[in-house]
Amino acid sequence: MDLTTTYLGLKLKNPLVCGASPLGASLDTLRHLEDSGIAAIVLPSLFEEEILAAAKGVMAMEGAGAGFAEATSYLPDPKGYHIGPGQYLDHIKQAKETLSIPVIASLNGSSPGGWTRYAEKMQAAGADAIELNTYFLSTDITENGADVENRTINIVREVAGAVSIPVSVKLSPFFSSIPNLAKRLVEAGAGALVLFNRFYQPDIDIEDLEVVPNLRLSSAEELRLRLRWLAILSATIECDFSCTGGAHHAGDVIKSVMAGANTVQMVSALLIHGADHVKGTLEAVEGWMSEHEYESIGQMYGSMNLSKTPDPSAYTRANYMKILDSWER
Amino acid sequence: MAKSNMIMIDGNEATASVAHRINEVCAIYPITPSSNMGEFADEWSAKGQKNIWGSIPDVIELQSEGGASGAVHGSLQAGALTTTFTASQGLLLMIPNMYKIAGELTSAVFHVSARTVATHALSIFGDHSDINACRQTGWGMLSSNSVQEAHDMACIAQMATLASRIPFIHFFDGFRTSHEVSKMEKITDDQLRELMNEEQIHAHRERALTPDRPVIRGTAQNPDVFFQAREAINPYYEACPGHVQQAMHDFAKVVGREYQPYQYVGAADAERVIVIMGSGAEAVHEMVEWLTERDEKVGVLKVRMYRPFAAEAFLAALPPTTKAIAVMDRTKEPGCVGEPMYIDVMTVLNEARTEGRSPFSTEPVLVGGRYGLSSKEFNAPMVKAIFENLMTDTPKNHFTVGIVDDISHTSLAVDDDFDIAPDDVFRGVFFGLGSDGTVGANKNSIKIIGEETDNFAQGYFVYDSKKAGAITISHLRFGPRPIRSTYLVKKANFVACHQWVFLDKYDVLEYAEPGATFLVNSPFTPEETWNQFPLEVQEAIIERELKVYCIDATTVAQDSGMGRRTNTIMQTCFFAISGILPRDEAIAKIKGAIKKTYGSKGDEIVDLNFRAVDATLANLHQMAIPEAVSTERRRPPIVSENAPDLVKRVTAVMLANKGDMLPVSAFPPDGTWPLGTTQWEKRNIAIEIPTWDEELCIQCNKCVLVCPHAAIRVKVYDPAELDGAPDTYKAVDYKAKDFPGAKYTIQVAPEDCTGCTLCARVCPAKDKSNPRHKALDMVPQMPLREQERINYDFFLSLPEVDRTKVKIDVKGSQFLQPLFEYSGACEGCGETPYVKLLTQLFGDRAMISNATGCSSIYGANLPTTPYCTNEDGRGPAWSNSLFEDNAEFGLGFRLAVDQTQIHAEHLLKQLSADVGDTLVSALLSADMGDEAGIAAQRERVVQLKATIQSIDSPEAKRLALIADYLVKKSVWAVGGDGWAYDIGYGGLDHVLGTGRDMNILVLDTGVYSNTGGQASKATPMAATAKFAMGGKSIEKKDLGLMAMAYGHVYVAQVAFGAKDRQTIQAFQEAESYPGPSLIIAYSHCIAHGYNMGDALDHQQAIVDSGAWPLYRFDPRRAVIGENPLKLDSKAPTIPFEKFAMTENRFRMLTKTDPERARELMVNAQRAIQVRFDVYKQLASLTINSGSTGESN
Repeated sequence: MDLTTTYLGLKLKNPLVCGASPLGASLDTLRHLEDSGIAAIVLPSLFEEEILAAAKGVMAMEGAGAGFAEATSYLPDPKGYHIGPGQYLDHIKQAKETLSIPVIASLNGSSPGGWTRYAEKMQAAGADAIELNTYFLSTDITENGADVENRTINIVREVAGAVSIPVSVKLSPFFSSIPNLAKRLVEAGAGALVLFNRFYQPDIDIEDLEVVPNLRLSSAEELRLRLRWLAILSATIECDFSCTGGAHHAGDVIKSVMAGANTVQMVSALLIHGADHVKGTLEAVEGWMSEHEYESIGQMYGSMNLSKTPDPSAYTRANYMKILDSWER
Repeated sequence: MAKSNMIMIDGNEATASVAHRINEVCAIYPITPSSNMGEFADEWSAKGQKNIWGSIPDVIELQSEGGASGAVHGSLQAGALTTTFTASQGLLLMIPNMYKIAGELTSAVFHVSARTVATHALSIFGDHSDINACRQTGWGMLSSNSVQEAHDMACIAQMATLASRIPFIHFFDGFRTSHEVSKMEKITDDQLRELMNEEQIHAHRERALTPDRPVIRGTAQNPDVFFQAREAINPYYEACPGHVQQAMHDFAKVVGREYQPYQYVGAADAERVIVIMGSGAEAVHEMVEWLTERDEKVGVLKVRMYRPFAAEAFLAALPPTTKAIAVMDRTKEPGCVGEPMYIDVMTVLNEARTEGRSPFSTEPVLVGGRYGLSSKEFNAPMVKAIFENLMTDTPKNHFTVGIVDDISHTSLAVDDDFDIAPDDVFRGVFFGLGSDGTVGANKNSIKIIGEETDNFAQGYFVYDSKKAGAITISHLRFGPRPIRSTYLVKKANFVACHQWVFLDKYDVLEYAEPGATFLVNSPFTPEETWNQFPLEVQEAIIERELKVYCIDATTVAQDSGMGRRTNTIMQTCFFAISGILPRDEAIAKIKGAIKKTYGSKGDEIVDLNFRAVDATLANLHQMAIPEAVSTERRRPPIVSENAPDLVKRVTAVMLANKGDMLPVSAFPPDGTWPLGTTQWEKRNIAIEIPTWDEELCIQCNKCVLVCPHAAIRVKVYDPAELDGAPDTYKAVDYKAKDFPGAKYTIQVAPEDCTGCTLCARVCPAKDKSNPRHKALDMVPQMPLREQERINYDFFLSLPEVDRTKVKIDVKGSQFLQPLFEYSGACEGCGETPYVKLLTQLFGDRAMISNATGCSSIYGANLPTTPYCTNEDGRGPAWSNSLFEDNAEFGLGFRLAVDQTQIHAEHLLKQLSADVGDTLVSALLSADMGDEAGIAAQRERVVQLKATIQSIDSPEAKRLALIADYLVKKSVWAVGGDGWAYDIGYGGLDHVLGTGRDMNILVLDTGVYSNTGGQASKATPMAATAKFAMGGKSIEKKDLGLMAMAYGHVYVAQVAFGAKDRQTIQAFQEAESYPGPSLIIAYSHCIAHGYNMGDALDHQQAIVDSGAWPLYRFDPRRAVIGENPLKLDSKAPTIPFEKFAMTENRFRMLTKTDPERARELMVNAQRAIQVRFDVYKQLASLTINSGSTGESN
C-alpha cells in the first residue's frame, strides 16, 4: 500500500503529521512519534511576542530595587540567561539530529523585522520548512479587512523571500474571501496552506467575573469546516494543503485527503491517546484502503473537492439552504 | 587609544579578581560592603574560571562569618590556599579563629572592605573600626588606598604571607574603594604565576595536616610552657616587614608598579606631614601636590603596612625636616589616650627619641585626628584644615575633621568653598531613581570613557536609605591625570536630573558651578519646562548662566519599549551634549556598550536599547534661558509646619540630603530616637494610588491588611464625627452589626502610598456591570494628591476604634491602629504586612528585638522611623542588636520583663496593706487574655499609681516606677530567614529550648534579601540565588518541623496572601501561648523576580502547590488529648512547576541549564509531596494525653 505523499516539496511516508503543539517540545516524544510512524513534525510555535515580553521583563528586573547600597541587584546575573530564540533553535537542531523525518519549524512573529530574522535563523538551524502561524486578532476599529489581509500577505512575501526552504501559512477561517486571499498568499510565496488555526477561546468565570483561558481539544465537529475549505481551495489553488483541527481517526484522515489535503496534522488525538495512536490510525487507513481497493493515497487526493465531487453545490451556499430545508422537514 | 589592559572595575572586583586566581578555597558569608567579592568569586567558579594553577576554586557560603572562618581555618590546616571576604561585624566574628590561624603561623589573606562596627547605631559604610578591632590577633595588615592598589595589594599580601607565614588582612575602604569604579591595569595570569613562589606554596602544603605524615596542632598548654611557646613566634614578626618590603620589590619588578610599606609623597624638606592610610591618603596626596606646587613644605606618609608596624621603616620614610605631624585615624576608641595609629606613631617617635635614634633635627609636634567615620566625606578643604592646624603654635590634638563638634569642640574649622578641582577634569553629578537604571548607565558611561579613551576615570554612586522609590546620585570624574579625589563631586560642570520630581525635593543645582551644563528629564515641552521649574531652579540657572537641555525621556522610553527605564536615553543625552567624544563616535560607543552588556542576553534586548538610543537625539532640546524668572513657586518645605521641633531641626535636614551640615549637638549621645517620624516624610513616590468606591465596597478590610506601608486604612466611627469633614471625604454606613449605626471609611494616604497595587489587586468587590471597576481602582496620584491629603488628615483626626469592642479576625484586626507606618520597605514588600499586623494586635505592649537585615533597615534606617505610638503614647519598643544574636537579645527582653514584673508583684504584696487587698488581688490574678482584660488591668494600674502616690516609702516609689509591668508585655524576636535558618539558628534553637514566653516571627523570603539575594538554608530547591547559581539542589530546611520536635513550642507556618484568616489565628495563638512560639511567615520579595503587584497570586499558588503548607502546631492541644498539629492547607492541587515558572528565580535555570532545571524540578516535586505526606500523617496521629505512656 502506498501511503506516501509530498508536502512542501518534502517526500513523506504518509500524510500524517504531528501539528504544532507541546508534543513537539520533548525529544523523547518526538522519537516515540517517529517510531509510531508519524511522517513529519511541526514544532511548537516560536512566539516573538513572548521573547519581547521576556526582554522587557529582564530590563524591568534589572532596575528593580537597584537603588540600594547593600543590594545593587537581587538575582545572579549568569551570562547564559539568554532571552531569544536560542533554545528554540537548539531544539530544531536536536530534533534534526534525533529524527530522520522532516522537521517543520513554526513561527509567530510580531515585529516587522522579527518574522524574517527568526525565519532565517530557523533555516540556519536546519528546519526543513517553516509554517507561519499568522495568528492575529484585530481589535482596532480603524483597521479594515484589506489591511489585515495585506499584512498577512506582506509577511509571507518577506519570509518567503528571505529563506530558501519552503514556507506554509497557517490560516484563520475568519476572512471574508478565503479563495482570493489564498491565491494571493500563494503568489506571495506560500508553498502550502494549513487550514485552519484553532483559536483558544477564552471563557468567563461567572463567580469571579473574570475571563479565564480555556484550552479545549479539538472535536470531530471541527473537521467539517476544514473539509469544506480544503475542497473549495484545492480545486482552484495551485499549492499544497494541510488539514489541521478535528482529525482524530483514520476516517478523518481519509476525508481530509479526499477534500484535498496533502497532509493531515493531528494534535488533540495524540494528546488524548498518546503517540501510539499514530500507528493505529495508519493501520486503520491502510485497512480501509485495502478494503476499498485503493492502492495509493494519491488516488484519493482531492477526489472529493469542488471540481471533482459529484455534487459541488454541497460545498457552497446551496448546501446551506439544503441543511435548513432538512430542519424544516 | 587607551592601553588594552586598562579596565574600569570597582575595588571589590579588583580584589576578587586576584584572590580568585591565587586561591583554591573561598569560604564566605555575605556582608555589606564585601558581599560582591564573594559573589564575583562564586560567579567565576560557577562559570568554570580557573585559578592560575588550573583548578576551579571551591567557593562555599557558610552560615555565618564565624562558620566561614572555621572553614577557612580547617582548609588552611589541610593545606589548601584559602581566603575569605568580609567586613565589620563579620570580621569580628572571625577573631577567635584569627588568633588560632596567626598563632599557628598559617599563610592566609582575608580581604576586608573596611566597614564601621555598630555602636550607637549600625552603619554599612566605611571606616577602620573593624580592622582596628583585630590588631591584637597577630595578623599582618596591608592597606590599599585605591582600586588599583586593592588589586595589587591582594597579590602582595599573598606573597608576603607565603614568605612570612604571618597571615594578613588586606583591607581597603568600604564603599569609597570597594564600590568606586576606577581605571586600573589588570595583573595578568602569567604575572601572577611569576609572583607566587612555588617553594613557599609547597612549604605551606608540607605543613598541612595529613594522615600520611601526621602531627597534632591545637593542643592545650599549661602555665609551665604556654608563655615560652607563645614567645617562640617572635622571629617571624621581626622578619615580616622585610618580607613585605621584598614582596613589594618583586611585584614592582614583574608588574611595574612600585609600593613601599610607608610611602612618602611631598616636599623633600617638608615641615608638616600627615600620616594616614586608606582612601583618605589619596585625597591628602592630591592636596599635597597642589600645595607643593605652591611651595608649601608639606607631605603625606601613606601607611600601607599597618601591622606589623615597622618602626625603623616608618621613621626612615619621614623627612628629617618634619616639624609637625598629624596622624589621622579613621576610627574612634572612646576612653583611650588616643586613636590606635596615633599611639603607634607616638610610641615610635618616643622610643626613637629615648633610644637616641630620632632622625629629626627638632622633635616634631605630634597630634592625632579622627576623620571619615562611616564614610563621612574627607576632601581637599578638610586636608587643608589639617595642614593649617599643623601650622599653628599649638596645634589642636585629638581633633576631628569633617564635622562640626559644638559639644566637645574637637573639630577643625573647614573652608567649604575651597576647591582645587582643575578645569580639565570633568565632574558630573547625576540624580536618578534606583529603578530607572541611572547607576547602571553611568557605570557604562564611565567604563566607555575609561576604557575607550586615554582619560583616567572614576565613578562613585551614592544610594538612598529607602528601598522603595530610592534616589541614587552618581558622581563621575575623568581627566588626563590619575584621579585621587576620593570624595564626592562638590562643584560639577555637568548636572543631570533624571527624575523631574527631584527638583521639588532636593537642591539639585547646588552642585552646578557657573557655566555648567544642566540636563533634565522633563515631562513638559521645552517651551513649558522653564515655567515649571521652581523659583530656586530658575534663579540658579540664571545666576550661574547654566546651559540647560531637556528631554521627555519617560515618553521616549515608553515609546521605544523600555518601560520606565530611562537610563539609555539619558546616557545618550549625556554623550551627545557633553562633547567628550564626537557625537557619532559616542553613539557608536554607547551601542557597543549596550551590545557588550546585553548581547549575551539576546538581540531583542539589544534592539530595545538601540531603538531608545536612536529615538533620543530627535527629542533632546537645548532650552533658551530667559533673563528673568517667571515663577514665584518655591520648592515646598521638606516637612510640615506641624512637625515636632526635632523633626524640623534635625530630620528635615537629613531628608534634604544635607545631614552633613548637622552639628554634634543635634544628636542624642546614645543612639536613642523618638518613634513615628516617617509620618513627616511625604515622599510622593506613587504614580498611581487607589481610589475608593464606597458604594461598591463590601467592607472586608483585606486591602488594609495587605498594604505594606500602612498607607490605606480603615476606620469605623460615630456619624457625629463627620462634622467638618472635607467636601470630598467619603463615608458610608457600616454594614456589620458589631458597630451598629456607625460610619465606615477606607482612606488612602496619598503621599505615603508607593503605588504597589496590592490593595486593588486583593479587592474582591467588582462592579457587576463593569467588572473592570472595583471598589479600589488605581488612578493617577497627582490630580488627587491635594484632595486626598486633606481627606487623610481629617481621617487621622477621627478617633481610633475601642480595642475592647473589636472582634479579632481578618476584618476586625484591621480596625486596630497600625503602629508601624510608611516604612522605607520596597514597593509591595511581603514582610511588612506581618510586621504591621503584629503592631496592630500587640504593638501597644510589644517589645521587638529585630535581627539585622531588611526588617531592621526599613524598621530603623534614619532619617525617619516607622514604628510609632498610639494616642496614649504607647507603641512598640524596638531595638536591633546584631544579626546573629537576635533570639537571645529578645530573650534578654523577656528575662528583664519577667524579673521586673516579679519585683512589681513582690512590692505590691509588700504594700498590700496600703493599697488594699481587693486591688492587689485583682492586679495579681488579672486575666489578660484579651483586649478587655488588658484594658481592665491598665485601669487597675492607674488606680494603683494614684494610690501609692501618697505613700512615702522606698517600696512605693520603686513600685510607681515599674507598676506598668503588671500589664502583660508581648516580647517578639523578628528577623529574616538568614537570621533564623542560618546565622542565628543556634540562638533561636536555644531560646525555643528555654521554654520561656517568647514570640519569634521569621519573615521568610528564602534568601538574604537585604544584601541582594544570596542563598540561605530557606532557599527552596530548584531556585537560583547568589551562591546557588546552578539552582539549589537541597531541600529548604524545615525549620517548623524541627521546632515541633521539641513538643513544647507553638509553631505556625502562614502566608497572608493565601489564607489571611489563618495568619491572624496564628498570631493570636502564638502570642497567647505561654511558652516559645515560632511563626514562619511566607514573604514575597523582589528577589523572587516578578512584579510585586502579582504577589498575592503567587502566595496562593505556592500554597496550592504544596511547597508552602499552612499549619498550626499548638502544644495546648496535646495536653487535652488532641493532635497538636492542624494542617490548614489542602494537598497540592497544582504542580510545583506551574507555580515556579512564574518566578524568575526558578525560570532562570531553565534558560541557563535546562537539563538541570528539569531534574531539580522533578526532585522538588517529589520532595514537596513527601513533605506534605509527612505533615498529613503527623496531623492525623491520635494523641494520648494520659499517663499510661501508650499512644496509637
